[in-house]
Amino acid sequence: MKSVFFGAVSATALIASAVHAEPKAEVLHWWTSGGEAKSVAVLQEEFAAQGGVWTDMPVAGGGGDAAMTALRARVLSGNAPTAVQLKGPAIQEWYEEGVLADISSVAEAEGWADVLPASIAGHMKCDGTWCAAPVNVHRVDWIWANAAVLEANGIEMPTTWDEFNAAAEKLEAAGIIPLAHGGQAWQDATVFEAVALGILGPDGFQKAFVDLDMDTLKSDEMKAVFDQMRTMRGFVDPNFSGRDWNLATAMVMNGEAAFQIMGDWAKGEFIAAGKAPGEDFLCASVPGDGFLYNVDSFAMFDVEGEDNKAGQELLAELIVGQNFQKVFNLNKGSIPARTDVSLEAFDSCAHLSSKEMTESSDNGSLLPSYAHGMALRGAQAGAITDVVTAHFNSDMSSDDAVNMLADAVANSM
Amino acid sequence: MTKWLEQNTPKLVLAPSFIAVLIFVYGFIAWTAWISFTRSRLLPRYDIEGVIQYERLFASPRWDTALNNLFVFGFLFIVIAMVLGLVLAILLDQNIRTEGALRTIYLYPMALSMIVTGTAWKWILNPGLGIQAMVRGWGFEEFTFDWLVNPDMAIYTIVLAAIWQSSGFVMALFLAGLRSVDGEIIKAAQVDGIPTWRIYTAIIIPSMAPIFLSAFIVLSHLAIKSFDLVIALTGGGPGYATDLPATYMYAMAFSRGDIGQAASSAMIMMMVVFAIVVPYLYSELRTKDE
Repeated sequence: MKSVFFGAVSATALIASAVHAEPKAEVLHWWTSGGEAKSVAVLQEEFAAQGGVWTDMPVAGGGGDAAMTALRARVLSGNAPTAVQLKGPAIQEWYEEGVLADISSVAEAEGWADVLPASIAGHMKCDGTWCAAPVNVHRVDWIWANAAVLEANGIEMPTTWDEFNAAAEKLEAAGIIPLAHGGQAWQDATVFEAVALGILGPDGFQKAFVDLDMDTLKSDEMKAVFDQMRTMRGFVDPNFSGRDWNLATAMVMNGEAAFQIMGDWAKGEFIAAGKAPGEDFLCASVPGDGFLYNVDSFAMFDVEGEDNKAGQELLAELIVGQNFQKVFNLNKGSIPARTDVSLEAFDSCAHLSSKEMTESSDNGSLLPSYAHGMALRGAQAGAITDVVTAHFNSDMSSDDAVNMLADAVANSM
Repeated sequence: MTKWLEQNTPKLVLAPSFIAVLIFVYGFIAWTAWISFTRSRLLPRYDIEGVIQYERLFASPRWDTALNNLFVFGFLFIVIAMVLGLVLAILLDQNIRTEGALRTIYLYPMALSMIVTGTAWKWILNPGLGIQAMVRGWGFEEFTFDWLVNPDMAIYTIVLAAIWQSSGFVMALFLAGLRSVDGEIIKAAQVDGIPTWRIYTAIIIPSMAPIFLSAFIVLSHLAIKSFDLVIALTGGGPGYATDLPATYMYAMAFSRGDIGQAASSAMIMMMVVFAIVVPYLYSELRTKDE
């Protein structure tokens, strides 16, 4: 009797779901650490509040490498997740494998083109159709400083690299490590691209790291970039190899070091330690014009079935929605990708970031970060990073470095 | 029927594992070889394009470093671990009182995973935390031991940690070998008044050839597939100074979406294994047959 009853209930449930096509989404991401996990939970709740069924597929490890391996296996077996945390040219790379969906209907209904900066919107499109939804904008070219240390040594935030070098020498004489840095390839690349943006300028940066123009890669300006990197190597403490970025941030926090060049995830460390922006620590864009962004996004994969398609559309709508953009970015330290979100609850560094993003978007100097996989595909970006880190960690000359850079880029094609 | 079963049971029992090895080892080696001749990037593609991936591989300075490191690391690791293991075994073989305890102490590093070894040595060798800081703390301000952060020396820190990990195991192998030598011969030699060092060099060690073979094979495959130790100890750094072929392959396959490069580097690794192990195996097994 009992089993008949349950059978009847589940049959009703089946019929009900067939009629309503409950939105379903399986989401592959690697936001598993404290603040990030909390941010994803916000999206999950919103999705459930709209009647959706969320299947979480978090794959931690290796800065997304493990998740990409899982994704490859899923796609090869013909069973892709609804949405995957992907960014930059990787989105187009997957599109070329023919596995991404078209979500233009949502994007057009929601007017994404009007609220997203043009160059960021470009990353979300595959052959003219929308295929991904942006979550946030991290600025990469930040320089962070310990306010007390700068004041004690009578130093202002540098606005040119010469000023930076002068300040660093002064700090070194005072027994303070001028630049907190961790010797990991991606951190070397982060500093390198900040220096390159300052010295090459936005146009030169675009030519070198987006268009991979050989003349720019071998130019005298590029040699100057490597010269500055060699100078910066002298401002780093001898014990920097292999240090994690957050330990370098801690060195700035406790006054052991004065500056750090790192994306705005460093701000999260300062704030978590109870430091106030503008009082305990200072934030400024690195010397030079331009804005390097690192935009996290969700790429939408081709899925079968009405319920999955409905889930995908709902998900895309929520991700770019005002509420999620605000709550997520408050948790993560970045700024919303859409420009019409109220920034009242955000701190002064986020305000600065947002203001400069709008300005750079207007004058064409809003550029993708190469070090964080926004400007180039993995093979090319990796080839450049190899040269940058080899130069930074040896006594290679700048002439050799630019030649190696050009060869490595050519070889990676 | 029972007779057929009797005759074929061994074959039937072995068949599943034989098929599994055929597919999952040799089948995938063949698949990797195929992929290494294509232009596969993010996902595998199957159109043969020639040796383009191998050309790219050998034009890459990072691969040069990785391959060089493999030879430096492999040679030093195998030779030093074997010499050290043999010396330890001979010393332990002198009928000393606490042999059991000492044997355990030397063998214990083998019980740790490479990740633990790598992390521990990373702290010991870190100039700001480990040996250098300690000796400087004793008042020797000029003392420098910065191999870990020096791109020219960092590969030797990997050798050091790997030897620490494995020499105890080699010692155990040799100790077993020493014990298996016929005691009568040794006694006869002792009666003849032959000095102990001559007994070792002329009688005991030559009769341990099979143990050398086992130790060599175990150590050489440990060396070639070394991955976790590098990741834990140096992360391949400074720069890519301590990259090994295995870490290069991982970076290409999983971080950079360049499966073709990863496949070609895997094939080269396999050829290195064959080039070293096959002649050695061949010569050892042939002399045995004679």
